Amino acid sequence: MIEVTDLSKRFGDKVAVDHLSFTVQPGRVTGFLGPNGAGKSTTMRLILGLDHPSGGSATINGRKYAELASPLRTVGALLEAKSVHSGRSARNHLLFLAQTQGLPPSRADEMLDMVGLRDVARKRAGGFSLGMGQRLGVAAALLGDPQVLLLDEPVNGLDPEGVLWIRNLMKYLASQGKTVLVSSHLMNEMAVTADHLVVIGRGKLIVSAATEDVIARGSGQTVRVRTPEPGRLTDLIVTEGGKAIPAENGNGGAAAPDGQAPVLTVTGLAAPRIGELAASASIVLHELTPQLATLEDAFLELTSESLEFGHASAQPAGQSIEENVR
Amino acid sequence: MSMTTASGQLDSAATQASQPGGAAGFGRLMAAEWTKLRSVRSTVWTLLLFVIITIGLTALLSWLTVSNWTGPRAAPRDARVAADPIGFIFGAGIGLGQLTICVLGVLLITTEYSTGVIRASLLAVPKRYPMLAAKLVVFGLLMLVLAELVAFGSFFAGSAILHSRVAVSLSGPGVLRATLGAGFYLTVLGILAVAVGAIVRHTAAGISIVIGIVLVLPILAGLLPSSWGAHINAYLPQQAGSLIYAVHQSSGQLLTAWEGFGVFCIWTVLLLAVAAYLLNRRDA
Ligand SMILES: Nc1ncnc2c1ncn2[C@@H]1O[C@H](COP(=O)(O)OP(=O)(O)OP(=O)(O)O)[C@@H](O)[C@H]1O
Ligand SMILES: [Mg+2]
Repeated sequence: MIEVTDLSKRFGDKVAVDHLSFTVQPGRVTGFLGPNGAGKSTTMRLILGLDHPSGGSATINGRKYAELASPLRTVGALLEAKSVHSGRSARNHLLFLAQTQGLPPSRADEMLDMVGLRDVARKRAGGFSLGMGQRLGVAAALLGDPQVLLLDEPVNGLDPEGVLWIRNLMKYLASQGKTVLVSSHLMNEMAVTADHLVVIGRGKLIVSAATEDVIARGSGQTVRVRTPEPGRLTDLIVTEGGKAIPAENGNGGAAAPDGQAPVLTVTGLAAPRIGELAASASIVLHELTPQLATLEDAFLELTSESLEFGHASAQPAGQSIEENVR
Repeated sequence: MSMTTASGQLDSAATQASQPGGAAGFGRLMAAEWTKLRSVRSTVWTLLLFVIITIGLTALLSWLTVSNWTGPRAAPRDARVAADPIGFIFGAGIGLGQLTICVLGVLLITTEYSTGVIRASLLAVPKRYPMLAAKLVVFGLLMLVLAELVAFGSFFAGSAILHSRVAVSLSGPGVLRATLGAGFYLTVLGILAVAVGAIVRHTAAGISIVIGIVLVLPILAGLLPSSWGAHINAYLPQQAGSLIYAVHQSSGQLLTAWEGFGVFCIWTVLLLAVAAYLLNRRDA
């Protein structure tokens, strides 16, 4: 279990982590979400004792990281930044780590087999591709068969096969009763991987809850409607108490570039009711698709107040949802 | 990808290695630091170069000197070599070899930062003083062995070649001390370079500073007014430290060989203290 209590970190004037408290329970994958610069990596580095907190504390299984006797046997971490000497072979990297923990050298070879790096075990790590480097990082994290795992953007730059590998690995580890905290930019990745979410913005906790609950808290169900008469339909929807936002080009119903009818994103009305309204006014519909609220919606809604660089808030909500879902 | 086997196999490993005791724990750290040191090819090459270049240059210069003995305009040089053969033997070779050590010591720690492996190191060993201590002990011992090899190699190569013109033997006054001392000096210089590397954490800056300490500080101090400039000069790290491998006392020398070496060691310990303090305090 990871416990973060009133944790703060300042870099000069910049508050990167701001009185943050949350716990990460064993036996499930906990997703750590937040916009760029929210403080995810900093929080992980504080938990791991690499950075010193300005206030508060973080413990792993009740102890500070620096107090763990053989830390790699308790905690495995995959950091965002590179942490391998480019001139050292993969095997020697794992070997020296194993030696610090009193693990036998054969453990390094087992891990290389497990992540599929056996053939390049004695090659310089500097020549590794992004995916190979990530696999070496995973091997280092799992070297001591730790109970607790912290993975900072583990799927960054991986191909679909690698993404799937990491996803299954995390689920497997959680199923073994381990504590897994994983940060990511890919919200839909988290929706299928994480059982629990900790969402932060500007270093502050926004929500810590089960993934379904976070999704449910997000904006309600939306419906995607394609019609050649968006103006009339919008009027009807508004009189019924709904809201319709032109989704494609944002200027109120001009034809979409590809010649298809424009798209409206409707909230506040269910798809059957929209269909009935359109039929009663003899408006032709080309598409009527209920959209499940996604983690993206929930995430954008939750973090729109606290976006570090404020770009997404400048767009109509519907548009940013569209872009992120795609 | 079979995770099950991977976890299962470790159980036996985990029971076999229990909690590290003090000495056993430090032994592990030293084993790891030794792996780190020997597994970077550039470090190994630099160390080999240090040994070969230093001994090789000493032998080459000795040979050139002997083969041009009493050559045109060689009289003053011949007199100097005859008067202080140890100064000649340990002059150019160690003068060049020490630069290799400066670079190596700095690189030992700054490459941990530039490649990011410091993060892996500190995750494995979050107690930072023991990590630094293990690194220093392993590097120091290796340096001591290589530096004594270089010192005695240089002495024997140089004295054998000079033999036909100047007789030097280890049993001469101060010669054994100077030869051992050359190894001590190079070893401590390596540790000083590690300390500077740990303080600045940046390769180019670290190398510049250490080379500055060794080559430039004495020149700058030489520009000071002579009354107190000489005092400052005597206590500078390189000036004081190099007394240990000199046999001949220069006139007006303020420190004895061992005093000078002591001053050099004090400088190194001070820099190490700063390095350890900063390593512990700073974010990695
Ligand atoms: N060493 C540092 N010195 C100064 N500022 C820093 C440092 N590390 C992080 N920051 C700042 O702290 C804030 C949080 O950074 P952090 O890397 O933790 O965010 P993040 O959530 O991991 O972002 P991303 O999703 O882009 O990885 C950022 O504004 C960043 O610029
Ligand atoms: Mg980050």
